[in-house]
Amino acid sequence: MFDLLVPVQPEISNNQPEIIMNKQEALFNYTLRLADNSLILSQRLSEWTGHGPFLEEDLALTNIALDILGQSKSLLEYAAQVEGKGRTEDDLAFLRGEREFYNTLLVEQPNGDYAKTIARQCFMDAFDYYFYSELSNSKDATLAGIAAKSVKEITYHLRHTSSWMVRFGDGTEESHTRLQNAIDELWRYTGELFEMTEADEILLKEGIAVDLNAVKVKWEKHIAEVLETAKVQAPENKYMQRGSREGKHTEYLGYILAEMQYLPRAIPNAKW
Amino acid sequence: MKNHDKYHLIFAYESRIFVAMENANTNPKMEEWFDAKLQKNEMVEPKDWMPDNYRKHLIRQISQHAHSEIVGMLPEGNWITRAPSLRAKIVLLAKVQDEGGHGLYLYTAAETLGVSRDELLDALHTGKAKYSSIFNYPTLTWADIGAVGWLVDGAAIMNQVMLQRTSYGPYARAMVRICKEESFHQRQGYESICHLAFGTEEQKQMAQDALNRWWWPTLMMFGPTDANSPNSANAIKWKIKRESNDQLRQRFINQTIPQIEYLGLTVPDPDLKWNEEKNGYDFGTPNWDEFMAVISGNGPCNKERLKARVDAHKGGEWVRAAAKAHADKKREMEFAA
Ligand SMILES: [Fe+2]
Ligand SMILES: [Fe+2]
Ligand SMILES: [Fe+2]
Repeated sequence: MFDLLVPVQPEISNNQPEIIMNKQEALFNYTLRLADNSLILSQRLSEWTGHGPFLEEDLALTNIALDILGQSKSLLEYAAQVEGKGRTEDDLAFLRGEREFYNTLLVEQPNGDYAKTIARQCFMDAFDYYFYSELSNSKDATLAGIAAKSVKEITYHLRHTSSWMVRFGDGTEESHTRLQNAIDELWRYTGELFEMTEADEILLKEGIAVDLNAVKVKWEKHIAEVLETAKVQAPENKYMQRGSREGKHTEYLGYILAEMQYLPRAIPNAKW
Repeated sequence: MKNHDKYHLIFAYESRIFVAMENANTNPKMEEWFDAKLQKNEMVEPKDWMPDNYRKHLIRQISQHAHSEIVGMLPEGNWITRAPSLRAKIVLLAKVQDEGGHGLYLYTAAETLGVSRDELLDALHTGKAKYSSIFNYPTLTWADIGAVGWLVDGAAIMNQVMLQRTSYGPYARAMVRICKEESFHQRQGYESICHLAFGTEEQKQMAQDALNRWWWPTLMMFGPTDANSPNSANAIKWKIKRESNDQLRQRFINQTIPQIEYLGLTVPDPDLKWNEEKNGYDFGTPNWDEFMAVISGNGPCNKERLKARVDAHKGGEWVRAAAKAHADKKREMEFAA
């Protein structure tokens, strides 16, 4: 029996057949997950390009999109190399299906209004900042190198989005309401960020992966500070959505991929 | 002021938007000083005295150029989420960002002349200010992205190189950066078209179709023929423009045809042929009725482009208000502390 008032979080992979991954498969899966986060988030951000709330901010958001798209490309190149089956970074980006993407659910959520875009970005920037800071010490030199370069960029992103959170929360009544709504809506996708999979555990032992429990502590502290300064709150409902670690997404991902992948799929074997 | 030589090196972004400056001025002594300054090819800076007409002309020209940059983000932005490779996506996203950056430099340059960004945007949103008509054409396939970079940025450069030496300092300096980036865009556009022209049959068809649709509108970017462009004649006489619309158009065609031949594509002009005598190509007549229709608001995307700008601005109103409210609160707190 369980108490109906206390949400029960499902166990990770509790009903999945046990698969034993080797180190290479783990590294491929892990790298792909990071690449997918940046790719899908960049795809979302670039929907704003040319339509931002004012020119400087349009440029700033596009700049973030560009930075993380660059990160994603480096990571996909590495993933392709790790996999060693002759696939390219473009094959991985444009020819994988909905169930083969591992980005976190948060990044595929629609842009909504600018408060929602900023809240989504701030949650992700904070995660990426602490995550890549740690990953820059990875024993995997390629991942460490990509991480070190990324941290420099993300430091700026996080400062930018955190300051917008405060502007919205402590700006006008309207902006406050919009930000609070955005947080209420997106909070349920933040739990999944810290979920450790088999790949994480295998690579953690090797000194390659990052301990997400440690990242979680730092993330929670930073976000709590931002929310407090912005005078907004995390929602009462703490139930967290999950699934992306197994390639189970929200309905939005299929549309993102349909748009992103249509051309290479329509004209296979073409070079662009 | 008996002639307008003093305004040399100012040059209309699109010749058709050039409106002859009037002869009004009030301070003969200062004018003389201003004249002399221009004769010596010295830069005019924001703090310098300048004739009203010079200021007005610059505001109009720079802001129309700025508007063209940000409206130009729309047709190309249309393909960012559908770019077919990671590299193509990065190149396009960076290009569209550059165009926004150009808009920003230019608005900033215009602001040094004593006009606010709000006023300029208001003129755009109410349809009072113009922007380059070419952006009222749709980008229908991926090949259009290559075609726009190659042809449209290419034509724009031809119109804009001279502005790097324009007499107003902030404008000239902005144009130096802009021209550098525009020629980069053109090379990238050409490279993108190359992939298509030397690619699969479908890609090749896509490239040819894009060329068919963009060729004439691009040629029209240089403005009406000299015979139908009295303002342009004045602009030449005043050394505002160094080359006429027809000369620039001819130069663009002469430069572009060999590229088209190299690509194995066909120019959508049955009248095009080499003329040994003039050492250039003869070509057919653009559809000037279409040109007039697009300029007067009836192009395929005029409504959509303007609506997209207005929607973005209106949609961003609460964002700007929040930023301002927060900044005000912070200032108050600092004052109280
Ligand atoms: Fe331009
Ligand atoms: Fe530009
Ligand atoms: Fe350009």
